[in-house]
Amino acid sequence: MAFGGNIAAIKPLSFSHGVHPEEYKQLSCNNPIERMPFVAEYILPLGQHIGAPSKPIVRKGQKVFRGQKIADPEGFVSVALHAPVDGTIDAIDLFTHPNGQELPAIKIKCDTFSSQLVTPQEAGDPENMDLPEFISAIQEAGLVGLGGAAFPAHVKFSIPEDKTCQYFMVNGCECEPFLTADDRLMVEYAEELLDGVEILNRFIKAEKLYVAVEINKQEAIQVISEKAVSRNCPIEIVPLKVKYPQGAEKMMISAILGKEIPAGKLPLDIEVLVSNVGTMVAISQYFRKGQPLIERVITVTGTALGRPTNVMVPIGTPMIELVNWCGGITSDAARVLLGGPMMGMVQKRLDVPVIKGTSGILALSDHEARVMTEYSCIRCGRCVDACPIFLNPSLLGMLAKKGFWDEMAKNNVMDCFECAACSFVCPSAIPLVQHFRVAKGFIKEKAAREKFENRNSV
Amino acid sequence: MAEVLTTLGILVGLAVFFATILAIAYKKLRVEEDPRIDQVEEMLPSANCGACGVPGCRAFAEKVVDKTVNVGKCTVSSPEGIDLIASFLGIEASKETKRVARLLCAGGKNEAHHWLEYKGGMSTCRGEAVVNGGPKACFWGCLGLGDCAEICDFDAIAMNDDGLPVVDPEKCTACNDCVEVCPKNLFELMPVTQTLIVQCKSLLEGDLAESKCSVACTACARCVADSAPGVISIQNNLAVVNYELNNLTSPAATRRCPTDSIVWLEGEAQFAPEEEIGLPTGRVETLVDLKNTYYQ
Repeated sequence: MAFGGNIAAIKPLSFSHGVHPEEYKQLSCNNPIERMPFVAEYILPLGQHIGAPSKPIVRKGQKVFRGQKIADPEGFVSVALHAPVDGTIDAIDLFTHPNGQELPAIKIKCDTFSSQLVTPQEAGDPENMDLPEFISAIQEAGLVGLGGAAFPAHVKFSIPEDKTCQYFMVNGCECEPFLTADDRLMVEYAEELLDGVEILNRFIKAEKLYVAVEINKQEAIQVISEKAVSRNCPIEIVPLKVKYPQGAEKMMISAILGKEIPAGKLPLDIEVLVSNVGTMVAISQYFRKGQPLIERVITVTGTALGRPTNVMVPIGTPMIELVNWCGGITSDAARVLLGGPMMGMVQKRLDVPVIKGTSGILALSDHEARVMTEYSCIRCGRCVDACPIFLNPSLLGMLAKKGFWDEMAKNNVMDCFECAACSFVCPSAIPLVQHFRVAKGFIKEKAAREKFENRNSV
Repeated sequence: MAEVLTTLGILVGLAVFFATILAIAYKKLRVEEDPRIDQVEEMLPSANCGACGVPGCRAFAEKVVDKTVNVGKCTVSSPEGIDLIASFLGIEASKETKRVARLLCAGGKNEAHHWLEYKGGMSTCRGEAVVNGGPKACFWGCLGLGDCAEICDFDAIAMNDDGLPVVDPEKCTACNDCVEVCPKNLFELMPVTQTLIVQCKSLLEGDLAESKCSVACTACARCVADSAPGVISIQNNLAVVNYELNNLTSPAATRRCPTDSIVWLEGEAQFAPEEEIGLPTGRVETLVDLKNTYYQ
């Protein structure tokens, strides 16, 4: 018990299965979060979150202020979007989205002579709010889960009447190698983090509050526990073993509570709610300072990058500007990913913007991104030992090669959350996750077609 | 000896017993089937493609004899074959136009720009498409790895040197398999009478679209001006042919197209099966190049 009275367990907890990739966190874990100068242009895709894209409420040529709302949520599963800088709306058109598609986005030309102070938004007083007011406030703040999936936060926090939330967990695991954004955020914004948890718990009324942190982030554990003691916040810090994918929602719950979420169910079905540390900080910043979600911490790192570091950037900053601020890519750079090396998305273009769900930019060198020759499956079973949700990737891989999508659906490929542990351990270098993504696409399309046909025949 | 006789007796008895049951069942449970179904089935092409909307040729033959479906729905048989069946059944064959799968993209390796070199991993279009939408600069473009040629049961699709699928209109049965497998939804089943086709799906505005692919539709609207009013319209930076006015279309619409993205096809295949001159393949840019172009 080195850190005080609120550490939940002495021995780090964990889930079964999983893998141990090399961490590479030392590249950036000791670099404090810095800010970069404002750049000339910002591109804000209207669909940065899961759900319906936002609806623009500005027109071309209009002046906007940092923090001003520029797009309304379209329906319930959608959030608002805010201008990250003072400037003028340059265009509302199709721009390349980090997922590779050409999607509608708002382009803002930054005002060079502006002070770039945040125009505070009317957030309301969280002490005198009821749940529906709080939910709509969060939606207006443009808040999404900052862990990577960018699921609208207000949808997650709207607990149905027949369900309760007993445990609330703040996810500070950051199990992806290379990434250190959440680590630095916990160290530098611990006060806001705890404040965000306190505000949120006023509404979700969880009995137990946890912050889950992998034990390789000793500084973060120490800072949070000290702050929690001094604020008298009833939160427990749970040290977890360093293992991938420890930060996945399901894995974290099974590590802390020993409970498993049934297939196709949500954590709320077992009375748990999980949220990322970044989301908590953003809640605090919205209610205390009136600053909606217009910036986030991003780890810009990689062995093919000049100066790996953590940067607080306005959302919509073109990736290339960020990469250049961090020393640029070296000549042997071969691949740039958005996100970590395990689940990150390869980018074909460096002028795509940073969006709400981006947690890191990773530049890999020629040597690291080398192409491995694919061999046949030798049925060694390493993927079976690695899969954290106990699927059989070996069998699924063989079915995928034959195109047996229905059989794959029967073997629960739809539960796979693409952590890539199986691809990581495969000695034959079979691109298993890629196969599964393709299979999921086919299965979803087939289901949609059948639904369409059924609707037409009725 | 007695055992042998008993055994024989039991076996013969059993045989007679079952034969009687079978004989009764044959008389009592017999289903009368129209003998014409078999004959019609033999006259059909046995492609079992499902293009008629009925699962398989046997089921189609049953429906044709039933007169619930017109024999003209089979677009795979030749007109003579259809007439033969129609006269055999003494019915009138409806005139259905043959449909073929048309690719709404003409940007092969030599025309479209590549932004990424795709190495390793799955070498299928579907596999490429899940990696940031594929290596092509144009998000809508054909990836050219031949998932459609792979899935085609009738050998109607072959990939040419340019990396584009060439659909043989003779062999294509419009079975919809390629439409479903294409990750970019580029195939569309069109009647062969639709002769004016815009071979592009890019929704980007003119210059940007052309910077990514030399045969992209730039929405310059020359085809709109060159055709009868209402036949072609520009929607979302793309020329769209209104096929309700199909009989008003003319080859004139294609003449002034600066990128050759609109074509006039009289039932032939869309692309040449093999390139005559081996042009250099599309250059792959490195990350350093991309960085430089961005700042220019």
